Amino acid sequence: MPTVSVGRDRLFQAIGQTYTQEEFEALCFEFGIELDDVTTEKAIIRKEKHLEDEAEEGDEEVIYKIEVAANRYDLLCLEGIARALRIFTGREGIPVFKISNIPPQSMLKMHVKPETSLIRPFVVCAVLRGVTFDEAKYNSFIDLQDKLHHNICRRRTLVAIGTHDLDALEGPFSYEALPPTEINFVPLKQAKSFRADELLEFYKSDMKLKKFLPIIENSPVYPVIYDSNRKVLSLPPIINGAHSAITLNTKNVFIECTATDLTKAKIVLNTVVTMFSEYCERKFEVEPVEVIYSDGKASIYPDLSVTKMEVPLSDITGPIGISLEESEVIPLLNKMQLQAEKSVSADANHIISVSVPPTRSDILHARDVMEDVAIAYGYNNIPKSKPKCMTNGGRQPLNRFSDKIRAEVARAGYLEVLTWILCSHEENFSMLKREDDGKKAVIIANPRSSEFEVVRTSLMSCLLKTLKHNIDHPRPIKIFEVGDVVTLDATHDVGAANNRRLAALYCNVTSGFEEILGLVERIMKIVRAPHVPVGDSFMRPSEEPEFFPNRQCSIIFKGKEIGNFGIVHPEVLKKFGIPDPCSFVEIDIQALL
Amino acid sequence: MYGFDDWEECTVCTHERHRTIGSPFPSLLRSPALVDRWIPRLNHIRPLQAPPLLLIARARHRSLRKRSQQTPQFLLFERRRTTTLWSNTTNTPTTMAEDALLGFLQTHDEISDSHDFAASLGVAHTDLENLIKSLKGFEIVDAKEITRDSWVLTEEGKSYVLNGSPEVQFFLAIPPEGISKAALREKLGADVYDVGSKSAAKNRWVGFDKEQITRKVESVKDDIKDLLKRIDNGEGLDDKVVNDLKRRKLITKHTWRGYSLRKGPKYVSKRKKAATDLTREHLQRGDWKDLEFKEYNLNAQGQPIQIGYLQPLLEACLTSYFAFSFWNFDALFQPQQHPARDSHDTFFLKVPATTRQLPEDYVEKVKRVHESGGYGSKGYGYDWKRDEAEKNLLRTHTTAVSTRMLYMLAQQKTFSPKRYYSIDRVFRNEAVDRTHLAEFHQIEGLICDRGLTLGDLIGVLEDFFSRLGMSKLRFKPAYNPYTEPSMEIFSYHEGLKKWVEVGNSGMFRPEMLLPMGLPEDVNVIAWGLSLERPTMILYGIDNIRDLFGPKVDFNLIKSNPLCRLGLQ
Repeated sequence: MPTVSVGRDRLFQAIGQTYTQEEFEALCFEFGIELDDVTTEKAIIRKEKHLEDEAEEGDEEVIYKIEVAANRYDLLCLEGIARALRIFTGREGIPVFKISNIPPQSMLKMHVKPETSLIRPFVVCAVLRGVTFDEAKYNSFIDLQDKLHHNICRRRTLVAIGTHDLDALEGPFSYEALPPTEINFVPLKQAKSFRADELLEFYKSDMKLKKFLPIIENSPVYPVIYDSNRKVLSLPPIINGAHSAITLNTKNVFIECTATDLTKAKIVLNTVVTMFSEYCERKFEVEPVEVIYSDGKASIYPDLSVTKMEVPLSDITGPIGISLEESEVIPLLNKMQLQAEKSVSADANHIISVSVPPTRSDILHARDVMEDVAIAYGYNNIPKSKPKCMTNGGRQPLNRFSDKIRAEVARAGYLEVLTWILCSHEENFSMLKREDDGKKAVIIANPRSSEFEVVRTSLMSCLLKTLKHNIDHPRPIKIFEVGDVVTLDATHDVGAANNRRLAALYCNVTSGFEEILGLVERIMKIVRAPHVPVGDSFMRPSEEPEFFPNRQCSIIFKGKEIGNFGIVHPEVLKKFGIPDPCSFVEIDIQALL
Repeated sequence: MYGFDDWEECTVCTHERHRTIGSPFPSLLRSPALVDRWIPRLNHIRPLQAPPLLLIARARHRSLRKRSQQTPQFLLFERRRTTTLWSNTTNTPTTMAEDALLGFLQTHDEISDSHDFAASLGVAHTDLENLIKSLKGFEIVDAKEITRDSWVLTEEGKSYVLNGSPEVQFFLAIPPEGISKAALREKLGADVYDVGSKSAAKNRWVGFDKEQITRKVESVKDDIKDLLKRIDNGEGLDDKVVNDLKRRKLITKHTWRGYSLRKGPKYVSKRKKAATDLTREHLQRGDWKDLEFKEYNLNAQGQPIQIGYLQPLLEACLTSYFAFSFWNFDALFQPQQHPARDSHDTFFLKVPATTRQLPEDYVEKVKRVHESGGYGSKGYGYDWKRDEAEKNLLRTHTTAVSTRMLYMLAQQKTFSPKRYYSIDRVFRNEAVDRTHLAEFHQIEGLICDRGLTLGDLIGVLEDFFSRLGMSKLRFKPAYNPYTEPSMEIFSYHEGLKKWVEVGNSGMFRPEMLLPMGLPEDVNVIAWGLSLERPTMILYGIDNIRDLFGPKVDFNLIKSNPLCRLGLQ
């Protein structure tokens, strides 16, 4: 979930009311955002530098860190949060966004060259006229772009935003894709001109920008935007040109979003313009830009049209479990920025006609409208009820069986442990004197540490690790685990299958082989069918590398080998750092079911 | 003589032990030689009272447990061989001494010195001391410890008393005509010669003339020997002399300990013997009515019991840990660019990396709903890629399993309502710390039926969480790609005095359910929570690794209280 940092006092000023922290928290809770942290600028800096907290200084500006839903891009800046809360609390009506009415010939144009399809095929643009920035607004404008880049833009892979001082540029613009050696410009915050390939090399040491380089680095052509004087606006998705950098004094802002995903580019552009047209001379009015492709197809952006949805009243109130009239539902929708009006369908059903504004890209379905009504009504005001359906319950037989086995082994005096199914390759193989033949174990592609390299194929390493960690415990140590191991299995659609195992370990100054044998006998005795005598031929000498030679057996059940037990091989014990002899058993209990 | 039956009893009573101490014991027990050796010693013990074997067993057991750091003090009372095994013996020296001591105090105010008293009785002071401690414990006597420092001779000092001091030996060894140094050293030995020559020279008793040593006085008096004799007789000497002897390591300080005794608050002239434990004999004889039983020391611990322990966290688990992206994400209407699908959060598999066994019709519907919507939805408007959906991973939530169950349900000819639950392991590619693990357990419940409402969900959640001891709930709007509406569940924690998030819930999106083929009026309400977090809160555990994983703490598992959920 994204977190947005906003100055508390500015936020309250923008909402038009001052709250205590408790009051504000309650409001957030109701609306579905969360006051995550309360801090100050200086405290954030101190934290970054790992400094000790100094005594509270009263005059520092308090910063609220607010967590918002991941699909509400309109809440990624102070302007959006304040507006949403103003409307939610009934202070303000729903804004109407307008495209300024300019004749097609004087509209700014962006020509798209066909080569861009090789690397980043889409671009959408818009202009904000007569913007008044101050430092706070300017910072918020930059922060919003950062937040968008990080979230919906998937760290600029899907969409990258460039904002420019339009007065330094001259249209029409062109969006091209050129070999890096042919692109030369002075990038933002630099004094000298770089060739594009050298620039990427230069940014490899830049902590902030280096993570974006792989998006275009290996492409034969880099995307680039020029104005009519061949001034470079930007080298998306890496950096803008210095020439058109916006400042506090910028009045007219040109916004371009280049993308690999057109839907998201439109959402991003809409978000930026709907948020910051608030500061335009003509509030909420945006100047359009025509994007023209080489095949002659053209589109005008931004698309600020509202989407109409016809939602039956029963689809709203039914799934919530409340009964409301249209006249009661409409004000609730309005609180959530959705215009709505009563309507009647052909078959005389009650219908609410909802207008979804360009800020609410999260609304995909009538179900989303229903949720907004539920939020505005208040989740905690919904009367609770009970589902009426009658069903027959039951537990999975293997789980019930496992519980019986667990109880039995605990009654035999063993302590149950619960370990991880992920382990290192070494622990699963070489430390147990086993070879990886590549046919058995599931291997993790992207482990964060060596602890999580493979999925265990036996429980032995897990119990030995656990024993090692408690090596000072009084002897004898008797532990067990009932858990799953995983082996490759082509008959399953995922190519691997779980197998439920019982493993028990005995550690003392003597090997305790009889102890473990006693446990095996007990298990074999209780899993047999009633009236069947206990067979005594369930053991067969084995030669497994992890056990001591001639002190090990396999366990046979219905002619099938289902497990092994024996004295753990001293070399294995040494590798796990265990000084005392151990006996160990592992049984496939799924086979006993 | 005793029959073999008695021995059987004995092996029965040691049976539990022999399992813990290893195999030789039972086989030895069966050996006739051992039986023969033991029977004479057991003759004076009543049948079935066979503790010697138990004691042996216990001793063996202890020696085997040498590694054990804690040897808990487990006896509620002091068990003494004399009182438990041979408790009927009456005329021991100790009982005589006790009678004498208590009798003396009946007529006298005080026994001023326990040493003198022991000497007068002719018993060793150490024996009397044990008796005094016991009587003091019962407050029958008041015993005041008295100490006196005295000087005793060291081994060297004693040899001086016997042989004279080295300087006198040195002097006496010199014949009137004198003697050569070498000869004298030969005569006396190096030790006496070295010490004696220095002191004799200092006292000007002898003269040294090149190689010859001669007497300078006629006779000498052995002062040191006299002093040592006087100290040995207990005479006090002045400090200077004592210090001098001490420096020469001829005497050493000895602290003398004894007691002065008076009647205690619970004085009796004759003490009743307090019994320690109720035995079969007491019942047979019926003398338990007359016996006084020793008080328990309730601060002592009980004897540790040999039992097994179940893991407090564990519950039922089933189903494969694996999913492919399709069931974990795509079928849940979770877009392919969603951050949860990044490798930072999810364990993808190298072997086996992908699957190709997907239900084709259904995959086509899922693809369409992602790309362009349908079923009343706009969709996400992006190019859905099959490669992404085929990637194998370790499931990030149990909903991957629920989705398959719902899909199977949707394939039935007629719809029937279902309630599913699972408690199983899920995986996140996260750094491990006190509260986060890469593997944890998720509890999930869902109900699938026609016409379910958000009110139903709230009702179910209140029931469910009140069984976990959380009765005060409230719900916050949230976002989840596959549920709409989505509600985070908060519970008021009385200990922390604040609302804590305890789970997540919602109604599955139509974009998820309708492509499966479920009827349009069917809703699914679902909720999920981690198993670890409420367990940590419930048991007050602040490090999850103590409970789960190879660094589990055995003592924590052994000392965990019963789970009382559902009992109140």
